[in-house]
Amino acid sequence: MIRIRGGKVYDPANGVNGEIRDVWIDGGKVVAAPAVAPADVEIIEAEGMIVFPGGVDMHTHVAGSKENVGRKLRPEDHRDHLRSRKGVLRSGSGYTVPSTFLSGYLYAEMGYTTVMEAASAPLLARHAHEELDDLPMVDKGLLVTMGNNQFIMDCIAKGEKERLRHYVSWLLEATRSYAIKIVNPGGVENWKWGRNVAALDDEVIGFEGVTPRKILEGLAEASRDLGLPHGIHVHGLNLGQPRSARTTVETVAGLDGRGSHLCHLQFLSYQGKEEGHAFRSGARSVAEAVKTVRDLTFDVGQVVFGQATTMTSDGPLEFALHQMTGHKWVNDDVEAESGGGVLPVLYDRKSRIGAEQWMTGLELFLLVDDPWRMALTTDHPNGGPFFCYPQVIRLLMDRDYRAEVLASLPPKALEGSLLPDLMREYDLFEIAIITRAAPARILGLTEKGHLGVGADGDVAIYDRVNVDGTACRCSRFQSCRRALSRVRHLVKGGRWVVRDGQIVEEVKGRTFYVAPGFDASLEDHLKDYFERTYTVAFDNYAMVDEELPLGEVIPCRRRNGSF
Amino acid sequence: MALTLTLVTGRTLAQAAAMHKGKTTDHYAAVTRQAEINGEDLAELGLAEGDEATVRTKEGEVRVTLKVSDLPRGMLFLPMGPCANVLIGVDTEGTGMPPFKGLSVEVTP
Amino acid sequence: MSERTENVVCTFCGCLCDDLVVEHEEGRIVKVLKACANGQGHFREYDPSPRLPRLEGRDVSWDEAYSAAGEILRSSRSPLIYGLSSAVTEAQRRAVELADRLGAVVDSTSSVCHGPTGLAMQGVGEPTCTLGEVRNRADLLLFWGCNPLVSHPRHFARYSTAKGRLTPEGRKSRTLIVVDVRPTAATKAADIFVQVEQGRDYEVLTALRALVQGKAMERPSVGGVAREALVDLAERFKNCRYGVAFMGMGLTMTRGRDLNVAELFSLVSDLNDYTRFSVIPMRGHGNVSGADQVTTWQCGFPFAVSFARGYPQYGPGEFTAVDFIARGDADAAVILASDPGAHFPRKAAERLREIPTIVIDPAESLSASQATLWLPTGVAGIDTAGSSYRMDGVALRLRPFLKAQRPSDEEVLVRLIEEVIR
Repeated sequence: MIRIRGGKVYDPANGVNGEIRDVWIDGGKVVAAPAVAPADVEIIEAEGMIVFPGGVDMHTHVAGSKENVGRKLRPEDHRDHLRSRKGVLRSGSGYTVPSTFLSGYLYAEMGYTTVMEAASAPLLARHAHEELDDLPMVDKGLLVTMGNNQFIMDCIAKGEKERLRHYVSWLLEATRSYAIKIVNPGGVENWKWGRNVAALDDEVIGFEGVTPRKILEGLAEASRDLGLPHGIHVHGLNLGQPRSARTTVETVAGLDGRGSHLCHLQFLSYQGKEEGHAFRSGARSVAEAVKTVRDLTFDVGQVVFGQATTMTSDGPLEFALHQMTGHKWVNDDVEAESGGGVLPVLYDRKSRIGAEQWMTGLELFLLVDDPWRMALTTDHPNGGPFFCYPQVIRLLMDRDYRAEVLASLPPKALEGSLLPDLMREYDLFEIAIITRAAPARILGLTEKGHLGVGADGDVAIYDRVNVDGTACRCSRFQSCRRALSRVRHLVKGGRWVVRDGQIVEEVKGRTFYVAPGFDASLEDHLKDYFERTYTVAFDNYAMVDEELPLGEVIPCRRRNGSF
Repeated sequence: MALTLTLVTGRTLAQAAAMHKGKTTDHYAAVTRQAEINGEDLAELGLAEGDEATVRTKEGEVRVTLKVSDLPRGMLFLPMGPCANVLIGVDTEGTGMPPFKGLSVEVTP
Repeated sequence: MSERTENVVCTFCGCLCDDLVVEHEEGRIVKVLKACANGQGHFREYDPSPRLPRLEGRDVSWDEAYSAAGEILRSSRSPLIYGLSSAVTEAQRRAVELADRLGAVVDSTSSVCHGPTGLAMQGVGEPTCTLGEVRNRADLLLFWGCNPLVSHPRHFARYSTAKGRLTPEGRKSRTLIVVDVRPTAATKAADIFVQVEQGRDYEVLTALRALVQGKAMERPSVGGVAREALVDLAERFKNCRYGVAFMGMGLTMTRGRDLNVAELFSLVSDLNDYTRFSVIPMRGHGNVSGADQVTTWQCGFPFAVSFARGYPQYGPGEFTAVDFIARGDADAAVILASDPGAHFPRKAAERLREIPTIVIDPAESLSASQATLWLPTGVAGIDTAGSSYRMDGVALRLRPFLKAQRPSDEEVLVRLIEEVIR
């Protein structure tokens, strides 16, 4: 049993806002204070410290084919970012694309205990899971891409809703995945013809009557009917383009909620040409659209100035970036399912486009009043590395700091911009929402992101006395970027794994996935489909339990019949 | 008569098959010292198919048996393996890869 | 009574054909269907019966072997972990861990096959695709410096000439172009054979890039290839629906090495301005692709990594096995699932015989027969389990169909790690 004594606790899901209280953990879970504490209770002294639930990163790219291509592609990224092996801990390297063990350590040191790898092609899911198995310290899950899946598009073309639902369910279980990811629906299939889609009603080549809108609707319906804990996770059309805000507004209206989640919305909130500028923030119109719809959430995908590595299943986007920048470019078309690309970028604060992107993200954070509808992400490593979250937190909590950074941007970018006039500041309670409570709730992980009885024993404890032993000198400790940059202590699954800033134990996390069930007759149909389409035998496609010893099924709430 | 040829090494079906039987066998040794050469080059050496020849680089020299194939003139082919490796140096030009293809060799009867 | 196991994965080469049928009886393989000659050899020549480790020429118990291995590794100041490519991912993960904990150099057989391909990718990127896109979409296939009929015998039938969604007529739906320095079985199967002078691939590729970009070419020929033939190729490339280039040792082992490959990758990139084009390196060993993956995800670099300073350092030409051994820097070696004794230049192979070596291999390779200690293990996909990565990065599960009578590579490496940590 562990007792975290006397800390200032922020637990928004349970309405606790900075109260001094104890947190008790036993058997890996948060428990009520015992009438009599056992003699061997471990006490973590948290007086004067901030106590948060373990952080939840609901959209990050830390494991799998694309991430590893990014690592391999960029030795220049790692050369100056190295960590030595120490005791039981492994060595590692990488800044925007850290190696797996290092990624786990960095998350733990920042106080995060749950991460969602946000995209793998289903065919490459086994790879993603193998990397996740080498990513210690956190619980995790995987989202698989379905927005350009030929079987799904065939079902939509033929109006076979039921078969579509069974297939989605089968695919989630076969790949041990957590939710449906949709990336540029139809656009990646068209990219295999050298094309893309630009509007919701553009047709997908070779699939009669299938459009991005129909793919979104079909999968949203399947997700609802299967009662998946997390709704469709959407990377929409025209990402990065100056017309993206308009298509985002249309997408929001078209989805009309339905429990959808729009990821890294910042990258899809630009306007341009027709509004008199080449490239500007369109955050206002997107924020307005989001506010008018219920049952819809998003994560921001904030840009952080400096190096980044873009990686996405959105193949045509990466090619466009390659044509624009000339940077080294990797593309990977995945048979019958998906695609993707990787390309290094620099977000330069002296560039107008970089400045606009940076402002767009902050505007979204500040314009949408309800923090429960959003999560803090940088779409790591697309907008910047995840360990820059404390920097983003400071930008949200401290408008003076914001003004300081704004003053360093190109003056032209500031002309007529919204951000300099936004005075809102987040408080720690709101930060705890967008980094813990909201992402856990959006994911449907009921035992994450809070400290109520029955929650997972994941607790992050931050101290004014930083890990290097020096006290933070600034007068605004609680809004200082150092406040949440590195934990003093971390409890993960009931184990005290970080003590005084040092990882003392390497723990393996669980992998969450769903298995909503499907009609067995689907398999005969699939066998035939695999024979005709795939280069992998049906029997060799699905993962088996022994490949995922720490897998854990999260229950679904089905709405539609037994299957 | 000595000829300067360009050595190319590579995988062959016979070498792979012999490998499965075991790299310690005489068969594997025989298969991996079976060189291919252009017919005109062979004639210029004054040799016939099945004859042996010495192949030499500054790294070392080996005896191989010669077989005519449709190689272009000036080329000598050897299956990858211990025989060819006697001829190959270890200068990888900073890549890790030894010069397995395109090495200049001297061939004498 | 013989049993039949279907959809068995063959791990001999990077094709990872997963449609084999194996008949086995009382723990022995009696028949293998659908496999190529290499695959037949892989299954038929393996004897799964238990074997004792061999230490300095005598059979010893496994416990004695492990403690001898520990002795060798603990007393080494500059050990090398080499090979990895025919082992499953689980074992590779342990091999890199062993290197990390030992402060060793770790390198895979990539460095003597597609290492230069990796360097090229790091320089210019790599537009690629999975083999199913080749099956379903590709109408133009370019093989440059590789001979799949020898190195990947079922490649044509399973992937590049198979019938698919947009290629209903299989071979007839495609144009097949082979570029090589000599006629081979593959050049004979091609619609177009382009014979390049040995060592002139880079020049020919550069000329093709220029032609694709619409530049004029004045010289009548480059690298032994006539201007008309090059113009014809450039036009075919630009006008296909979906082209795929396959490349092999003809580029990586020839003068220019990684520069040759980078030029091909750049040509493929350029072609995406006109149509769709991808490139797939023809990876050799069953899981050499996985070795790159594992080393990359665990330490950031695909091969040629030294942990001597406590953190990973990348050094092609320095920590690549041939250089590291030939320079005399390795004072002990663990060789996993590979045979440098047979495949390294003589100077490196001889140097390897002068230092203590621990060879982990199911078969008695040349390296195993010369080793200080040989640890005979099982074969993944026959009597042990694990995963392997196909040449296009698709990971497959290898399911054993015989009962294990030998330890797996992974189990052996776990024991070695325990010996080292002790």
